[in-house]
Amino acid sequence: MLLRRIELTDVRSYDHVSLDLEAGVTLLVGRNAQGKTNLLEAVHRLATGSSHRVAGDAPLVRAGCELGVIRCRLETDDGRERRVELELASGTRRTRTRVDGQQVRRAADALGVLRVVLFAPEDTAIVRGEPSERRRFLDDLLAQRRPAYAAARADYDRALRQRNQLLRDARAGRLPAGGTFTTALEVWTEQVVAAGAQLIAARVAAVRTLAPPTDRFYRELADRPEPVGLVYRSTAGAATATSGADDARVPDPSAIVAGLRDGFVARAEEERARGLTLVGPHRDELELSIGALPARGYASHGEVWSLALALKLATDVLLAEVGDRPVVLLDDVFAELDEVRRERLATACRGFDQVLVTAAVEADVPLAGSRVEVTLDAGVTRLRPREPGPTGVEGAA
Amino acid sequence: MYEGAVQDLIDELGRLPGIGPKSAQRIAFHLLQTDPTEARRLADAITRVKATMRFCVQCHNVSQAEHCRICLDPRRDDTLLCVVEEPRDVVAIERTREFRGRYHVLGGAISPIDGIGPDQLHIRELVLRLDAEPVAEVILATNPNVEGEATASYLSRLLATLEVRATRLASGLPVGGDLDYADEVTLGRAFSGRRDVGI
Repeated sequence: MLLRRIELTDVRSYDHVSLDLEAGVTLLVGRNAQGKTNLLEAVHRLATGSSHRVAGDAPLVRAGCELGVIRCRLETDDGRERRVELELASGTRRTRTRVDGQQVRRAADALGVLRVVLFAPEDTAIVRGEPSERRRFLDDLLAQRRPAYAAARADYDRALRQRNQLLRDARAGRLPAGGTFTTALEVWTEQVVAAGAQLIAARVAAVRTLAPPTDRFYRELADRPEPVGLVYRSTAGAATATSGADDARVPDPSAIVAGLRDGFVARAEEERARGLTLVGPHRDELELSIGALPARGYASHGEVWSLALALKLATDVLLAEVGDRPVVLLDDVFAELDEVRRERLATACRGFDQVLVTAAVEADVPLAGSRVEVTLDAGVTRLRPREPGPTGVEGAA
Repeated sequence: MYEGAVQDLIDELGRLPGIGPKSAQRIAFHLLQTDPTEARRLADAITRVKATMRFCVQCHNVSQAEHCRICLDPRRDDTLLCVVEEPRDVVAIERTREFRGRYHVLGGAISPIDGIGPDQLHIRELVLRLDAEPVAEVILATNPNVEGEATASYLSRLLATLEVRATRLASGLPVGGDLDYADEVTLGRAFSGRRDVGI
């Protein structure tokens, strides 16, 4: 898919701009704090339903304004033109969403019309952060791929909170022990297992799909082309996936259900003692390794960047499984890489249909393509395309 | 803060479900400016509902007498019992005019977060009814959300020990709509709950 036009009205540092885009690379150049990231953030918000920087829409609306509007026009792989429009409110009003000119009933209906993969400096946390960062990486990706995943995740979180409350109550002696508690716990275990098995099955399938392209991108980006390993280690036991696995099918949900049930039996006493659910996808880990060593805690600065970037670029493959290939957004990435890696990332970028890149220093990005200068003028961001480049950029006041 | 009675009224209204501070304020000032007889009518309705309405001793639906109209209706099928969470669910099912059995209102769903376990619901009363009445099938019509499913699951275990047939409402596609209008979750559930068609 190709992003053909972006229009922003009263979004972050923009009062009103529109930008026409071509296939291939578009480089947004400008000093720091001019509004480059704001543009990518707006596109990401429209595509995925959330900003990669803040929770909630209010900060995205330009200070002092009530409404901010993000409009995108895109072209699908089969040549159709589609339009998505978001009206973000700074106050309590609901966000209004239009797809192809029609207002949609639920905001979720607009998700995935435009598909993007964003890589920002914050994403290195996927490699060096807590296990929860890696779980969120998988969850966000799967939710973008399939809305039903987001629903299963909401059900899981709810059932988990209920089960934890029950275990806490039992530990504090607020419940009659014996038959009633055992049955009540079984009932909540069943809810946790049902939703949890769906999450684990989808995550394992995702890891199996991600592993080969992650390995390939890493070898392209890294100095030492060591093999990268992705292992989904589940508290459900059986459900693990490695980069070496040639079985790319979705794992058998009944095996996962059985694994989760066994896990709950094995840790029943510990759960009672701690008043906490210890089995389920919320305790699972996506283990990343480079060569023979775990990435977290062992990888160098350069290796962390290469692996995080490789994971993000690999998500392109997972999303392309069901529909168009996403537009790739790279926020301030090239500055963090050495010259050799920059050249390699540039090579990888040439393989994507469309890439939007931001950089403070143009020379950092060894890529041909359109150039757009981003400058802040009296608190308002202006976009100025440079020849040879796209036409039709206005910065009307 | 407003003076005296107005603030009291705003506080009381604000405690009602679904009414926030702004709505409470708007309603309070509407009542203040309205005709006294109209305000009196509302006050009377509230007083009367508390004085005359109660819960049916048999099914725990709202009722004007000891037994509700449905429990007293001799034309109802005694062998079918539909278990719901709230009185409003009875009204919803009655509107279909499909179901001619009787009801049992639980008074909520199991939810440890809200401090509601099986003992806080009318489950013991349900077991007593199954003993006293010729029920052949219990239809579990709790809501299709996490708490409703957990409650249905709890009851199905209980009913299995009592050797009573239990069924669960199907979840799936809305009637009269097009497939492409169904949301993904509903459509997904309808898929996993698909059944053979007879020839």
